[in-house]
Amino acid sequence: MPFGLLKYGFAKTYPANPILPKTPELKPSYDVVIIGAGGHGLATAYYLSTVHGITNVAVLDKGYIGGGNTARNTAVIRSNYITPEAVRFYKESVDIWTGLANDLGINLLYTQRGQLTLAHTDATVRTFRERAEVGTHLGARTKMVDLKQIAEIVPCMTLDPEARYPIQGGLWHEDGGTGRHDAMAWGYAMGASRAGVEIHQKTEVTGVTVENGKAVGVETTRGTVRCGQVVQAVAGMSSVVAKMAGFRLPIRTYPLQAMVTVPLKPFLDPMISSTALHTYVSQTARGELVIGGGSDPYELYSTRSTLDLKESLIADTLELFPFLAEVKLMRQWAGMTDMTPDYSPIMGESPVQNYWLDAGWGTWGFKATPVTGKRMAETVAAGKVPDILQPFRLDRFRSFALANEMGATAASH
Amino acid sequence: MKLMPCPLNGPRNISEFACAGEVAELRDPADCDDTSWAEHVIFSNNTAGVVREWWFHTPTSYWFIAERNTVTDEILRTYPAGEVFKARFDYAAAKDEGGK
Ligand SMILES: Cc1cc2nc3c(=O)[nH]c(=O)nc-3n(C[C@H](O)[C@H](O)[C@H](O)COP(=O)(O)OP(=O)(O)OC[C@H]3O[C@@H](n4cnc5c(N)ncnc54)[C@H](O)[C@@H]3O)c2cc1C
Repeated sequence: MPFGLLKYGFAKTYPANPILPKTPELKPSYDVVIIGAGGHGLATAYYLSTVHGITNVAVLDKGYIGGGNTARNTAVIRSNYITPEAVRFYKESVDIWTGLANDLGINLLYTQRGQLTLAHTDATVRTFRERAEVGTHLGARTKMVDLKQIAEIVPCMTLDPEARYPIQGGLWHEDGGTGRHDAMAWGYAMGASRAGVEIHQKTEVTGVTVENGKAVGVETTRGTVRCGQVVQAVAGMSSVVAKMAGFRLPIRTYPLQAMVTVPLKPFLDPMISSTALHTYVSQTARGELVIGGGSDPYELYSTRSTLDLKESLIADTLELFPFLAEVKLMRQWAGMTDMTPDYSPIMGESPVQNYWLDAGWGTWGFKATPVTGKRMAETVAAGKVPDILQPFRLDRFRSFALANEMGATAASH
Repeated sequence: MKLMPCPLNGPRNISEFACAGEVAELRDPADCDDTSWAEHVIFSNNTAGVVREWWFHTPTSYWFIAERNTVTDEILRTYPAGEVFKARFDYAAAKDEGGK
């Protein structure tokens, strides 16, 4: 048997099947250049090439595909936001997720295990009521649950009335789920490259060529490229790249950290997040507990981890699950998140013509990768921002028409 | 533990402090149009590199300025705000426009 395996390994009959073609030489020009090969850039390229027939596209990344926040997130996929504009948008993403593994031909381990968000104050209970109403109205399964129902959903969680922050009620979101982030990035990359899109890894954009207020190309570490349109999808580096194109953004970059424990027997089916404790927990298919919380307290362009965050995340998690006290942590990591003042993204037009923005995704943009890719592709193909993206235009910050999702985002991602 | 050298209290755990963002030229809301007010309050340089920031020591309510590298997280220098702001900044009396 081992010999048979060895023979199989050396046989030429079954060549290794590379997921992606090798990075080609850069052409002098493309119809569309996408900066950033995270999920968002790759999904945009996928829908541009497969739905709109625009295949002369290059996706450029200074690192490797999906190596930014796409690889670092905690995979929460949900649509229980508070503004109708956001619920409509994120629900479209959840709808795409349910069929995405089939569309991309790759196992995304997508499961709707449900998300339970905890309220510890009356004020939060009131916002949960609003979220339940808005969600129900728009068809995103979201409802209020009381302590008895919470005990049924998560029997192992402490519901101690003497706790520091006693739990008052919950928001139960049956549509909430998780998916495998790397597989999503690979799926979009494979689909896009099959359709003719070029993916250039280790190709950093160092400048944007603007002529008469129009973007006409980019400078990279591998040479200069001309193009008809540019899409910027660089997450934590949004302000740095926008500066190359000559404008500022309402974004501040903060690290966001998360961690996992060693694998445990399955005991936690839904995802739990607490608004007052600023922590959220879920158990992966491998049994590890994924624990995350809010962003770091001050701005930084770094993916270092800190002891402070580890201590506070652990302390808060133990308030909910005291029996985890002896469990070992396996890894801690961080990503650089591009935070907007209203916790909503920025998509669509920029001050530079033919230069489209997909930024401000902060701590919550993984779930939105499919809908963003689909709608950004539509935007670039038609040269016009579709209605569903209008509430997220950059201009809202100048007309003070913010889309406030802070309460529905900060602890839940 | 990361230390912040506070000009008033000496080196303290950085968790005792709050950062209030880059030091910017002060704008008077009474003579500033909406666009430049948004530019001032909402938009940000978000510089990757050395910045001059407002910091606040929460237990003593003390505001000061720090020069910090936002890529390496090195704190290069901290000093009282009086080193930069020599004169008092008087806002024009806000007009009551009936909630307009
Ligand atoms: C710890 C953590 C937990 C999170 N949890 C969740 C969650 O549970 N649910 C959720 O929905 N969201 C979550 N998020 C947010 C989510 O990960 C991001 O919003 C999303 O992945 C952004 O995708 P993206 O493709 O825009 O960015 P990225 O995946 O970061 O891709 C951007 C790419 O741009 C490249 N780039 C940058 N500058 C340049 C340049 N000059 N030239 C070329 N390329 C460049 C980078 O190398 C990178 O690959 C979390 C984030 C973190 C850090």
